[in-house]
Amino acid sequence: MSADQAMTAAVPATSSSAPGKAARARVWKIRGWLSQRSYWMLAALGLAIPLASWSALAAFGAVNRVFLPSPADVIHRVAVWFSDDDLVSDIGISFFRVMVGWALSALIALPLGLLIGTFRVVQALLEPLTDFVRYMPAVAFIPLVMLWIGIDEGAKVGIIFIGTFFQMVLMVAEDVRRVPMAQIEAAQTMGATRLEVIEHVIVPSSKPALLDTLRVTMGWAWTYLVVAELVAANSGLGYAIIKAQRFLQTDKIFAGIILIGAIGLAMDQSFRLVHRLAFPWLHARS
Amino acid sequence: MASAISCRSVGKVFGTGRNRVTALENVTLDVANGEFLTVVGASGCGKSTLLRMLAGLETYSSGSIDAAGIPVTGPGADRGMVFQNYSLYPWLTVLGNIKFPRQLSIHTHDRTSSDVEAASGRADALLHLMGLAKVASAYPSQLSGGMQQRVAIARALMTRPRILLMDEPFGALDAQTREVMHDLILHVSALEGVTVVFVTHDVEEAIYLGQRVLLMAPQPGRIDSIHQVPLPRERDQEMKYTAEFLGLKSTIRERIAGTCGIRTDTELLQKLSRRAAE
Repeated sequence: MSADQAMTAAVPATSSSAPGKAARARVWKIRGWLSQRSYWMLAALGLAIPLASWSALAAFGAVNRVFLPSPADVIHRVAVWFSDDDLVSDIGISFFRVMVGWALSALIALPLGLLIGTFRVVQALLEPLTDFVRYMPAVAFIPLVMLWIGIDEGAKVGIIFIGTFFQMVLMVAEDVRRVPMAQIEAAQTMGATRLEVIEHVIVPSSKPALLDTLRVTMGWAWTYLVVAELVAANSGLGYAIIKAQRFLQTDKIFAGIILIGAIGLAMDQSFRLVHRLAFPWLHARS
Repeated sequence: MASAISCRSVGKVFGTGRNRVTALENVTLDVANGEFLTVVGASGCGKSTLLRMLAGLETYSSGSIDAAGIPVTGPGADRGMVFQNYSLYPWLTVLGNIKFPRQLSIHTHDRTSSDVEAASGRADALLHLMGLAKVASAYPSQLSGGMQQRVAIARALMTRPRILLMDEPFGALDAQTREVMHDLILHVSALEGVTVVFVTHDVEEAIYLGQRVLLMAPQPGRIDSIHQVPLPRERDQEMKYTAEFLGLKSTIRERIAGTCGIRTDTELLQKLSRRAAE
């Protein structure tokens, strides 16, 4: 007998509708509990409903195919793209651009954010500046990036870098600042030097939050891909979407968008898995 | 021999100009070696500030503070500190937390194999002393608040500090757990021969633990009075019902009420209840 069945059984039924009422109240409890099975059933439903509506709309010809291709069209397009148009290398080059832009951003943002979050002087010097720059739209930097870096791979990576870096620095700084002061002061009263406080307290304490920041910013890096591939690209998923627009290949636009979404979801889930494996103490139960 | 702690006309000022606030004024105090001193006072009396200054976590604006004859200029391993909460390292196990100081250069240079052995023996001894042997490999998040504070105390004692500074360490615990912790800390501090300065807002706790109770008053933060506790050094819970204990408790409570300027307004309460009755 499952827990919720036991609960229903324990409640004496005064009228026929009482158990139903109780069940409804339980389901809509604020921050309530839901069984794994129900959770995944609802998640599947959430994906199936839009897919079914989309199929239905396309099948009954309610919308012109040029505007709304059917799921079958899109799947067919992915297959053709894979066999004739080298889908794998499009994914490969896009993946490469996103990863390099994001990794470069992380490489600089992590130490810089650590310094901003740890030392007030560095914060005063750099945070207002970063806050200012991050409001500038990355897209608007395209002409400048082309002028400065050219139109090679560097330009695409550069756009992704600009789109993620400034947000990432601020998020890293915030993660570092969230380390409880008591943890830092405890180390100081045990005789830790400044460097030791950073190495043995601030870094390990903020690691889980930093991994989350890297996960979230990875998502942003993917959203900047299409923008980055506006710059004189001749390959990549973003480029394929832009080119498809020119030829009114709506099915290919759909395919490209869905592929980017699927890759992003896979990356996100991998990050979550790493999080669970790397920080067992966060998931330990008493 | 110099006293464990010696404060001479210590003052602390926050801010400048119009925002200038005197947090502490003219604090002169000696704490003897091996003494258990408790500090009470209304909120804003600067008791935590004073403790943090002894720890070296806060600077002082005037006067001098010496620990074992050496001026305090910053935090040091000779003065261990136990915080109210959130000071444990959640990514380390109980044993990992207690051994944390071993990672620091100050405790590891000239390390010989016998030193390493001594340290792990020390960690084991503390685990047993604090009743933590069974949870040595658990993470702090798996422990109750009382057990977490046991770990914090064990960790602070790991390096054999001469002075243990405690900032309302049992403030977040329930009454039963507190009583257990009181007897534990009395036992452990006597065994270790450590000097303790213990800040609390609970008068009963202050009397039960302290050999002397330092009473502080707010605006500006200052020493109001020092009360010798008329009880033998070995305490037990029964003593809380003796006339000496209760007498000192009411003296201190009245003094705190008198210094903080907040009194239960009986007149207003009576007026309100009269109005409600009408």
